[in-house]
Amino acid sequence: MTALARLARLIRSKNAGPFELTFDIMFEDEQTYERVKRSGAVSREAVARCYGLAAADVKFFFCDNALAIKASIPRPVFQGDPRDSDGHGGQQYAPLMDIEIP
Amino acid sequence: MDEIRILSPTGVCGSGFVESSFEAALAQKPHVIGCDGGSTDPGPAYLGSGRTAFPKEAIRRDLRLMLLGARRLKIPLLLGSAGTGGNDVQLEGVRQLVQDIAAAEGLTFKLAVIHAEQNKDYLKKRLREGRVRPLAPAPHFDEAVIDRSEHIVGMMGAEPFIRALRAGAEVVIAGRASDTAIFAAMPVMHGFPEGLAWHAAKILECGAASVVMRKTPDCMFAWLRQDHFVVEAPDPELRCTPQSIASHSLYENADPFRLVECSGTLDLTRSLYEAVTARSVKVSGSEFIPAERYTVKLEGAERAGYQSILIGSIRDPFIIRQIDDWTARLEEKIHARVRMVYGERLKREDYLLFIRIYGKNGTMGALEPVKEIRSHELCLSFEVTAPTQEIASTIASIIRHQALHLPIPEWSGLITAVACPYNHLDRGAVYRFNVNHVVEPDDPCEMFPMELFEVTAASARALTAEAAA
Repeated sequence: MTALARLARLIRSKNAGPFELTFDIMFEDEQTYERVKRSGAVSREAVARCYGLAAADVKFFFCDNALAIKASIPRPVFQGDPRDSDGHGGQQYAPLMDIEIP
Repeated sequence: MDEIRILSPTGVCGSGFVESSFEAALAQKPHVIGCDGGSTDPGPAYLGSGRTAFPKEAIRRDLRLMLLGARRLKIPLLLGSAGTGGNDVQLEGVRQLVQDIAAAEGLTFKLAVIHAEQNKDYLKKRLREGRVRPLAPAPHFDEAVIDRSEHIVGMMGAEPFIRALRAGAEVVIAGRASDTAIFAAMPVMHGFPEGLAWHAAKILECGAASVVMRKTPDCMFAWLRQDHFVVEAPDPELRCTPQSIASHSLYENADPFRLVECSGTLDLTRSLYEAVTARSVKVSGSEFIPAERYTVKLEGAERAGYQSILIGSIRDPFIIRQIDDWTARLEEKIHARVRMVYGERLKREDYLLFIRIYGKNGTMGALEPVKEIRSHELCLSFEVTAPTQEIASTIASIIRHQALHLPIPEWSGLITAVACPYNHLDRGAVYRFNVNHVVEPDDPCEMFPMELFEVTAASARALTAEAAA
């Protein structure tokens, strides 16, 4: 088992507009991307578990030509609202780093 | 026309670009220069207050070089989302900058100013007609929200830009616009395949963001043809690869394959990315699915109140181990003291008290999966949002005194529980986004009135001006 953070070239989060957060998991080469994709460990359900959400709340995509996996979730607090903690949504990805890949 | 060449100097007007890259791009003889001037990304305060996210002098620097380049080549310059939020205050600020630069540089051109600020009566009418629809997720939107908004803008599509170009505009300064519409306007006007036009626009709107390793904000260039387009960064040290260009459709989008515009959806499912040289990429196969109904997305901001914050930290392990209970007890003490001071004049629902705990879940809030605190110290940000700055400031003082001396059972006697590096800070007005809806207009241009000016070094003479919708 290897942590996703050791296989990806970049894991990042960002606003997708003021009402959604989006996560990009990007890989350097096709072999690593295919390994992670085929493992099934990174999925809509896995992302939902990381953030305590229902799977139906997660948009999930494999982007073969970009060698990337992408997921988007609704923001728990809209960008800039008084309780928002991360205006750009840039520091919300850490839980994805620990997903174990067989 | 079998080729349109488009130059994007940078991702946001005011973020800068390298002059040598810009000159190299001008040597490629672009037909148009486009630049995005804003975003919601810096938050609701800019749309709400009318300030700009990038400083005025930084916008002036970029705008001057773009205006000089465009006039030298006698090609149109299109700027969208002027002044960050693209409301009328910000649009007027940028229009004034354009006039100042024209005067200083002795430039003469026909200027179109396209407004995106929405008339509140128009929005209420469309709302009553059932022609305002929520996107997901969306806050509640009704006439009261419209009334209390500081500014509501519509995000224009390509049509208002095309209309300005057809009217002979040489410089277009537009309020809030879809970032891509700025760049898609000219190719769509000339009948190029819309899938390619909008896809090239999507890459161009971020400047050099789609290269393998961006050093600094910089230029991007596209050659759009009937069956493909090629993109390359003018700086010879920057490389685009098929992977870097394909990856760009992920950035800041919820869905990497389908990008919704006013007039339809850009579908990248069948896009093909091929290397042309070591630094340029050819793209083909992108499709555009026309929408059944034309829609214009709204962005609005209202004042959430006035805020004061107090920052402090805790090092005592007794307090840290009971932090949730401690803050719950503290909140009750603060509310009780506020009630004592203000009586019936201020109800609990009139102000918002929020305690952010760094070292626990300060960054992720409700999304934080780690529940156990291992930090030997915590940073607390006590935040109060109230109807006036004076009330917010008063409550912040109350917070400080209550937090300092809140007792815990482990110690007997008066404690001082929080280390504060400085007094509380008054933040002024704070804003929130209050709409994520689309309007169905009768016409793509009805929400975006245009003014035409003949700009000379001495003055700007109004040619025509339209009233707001």
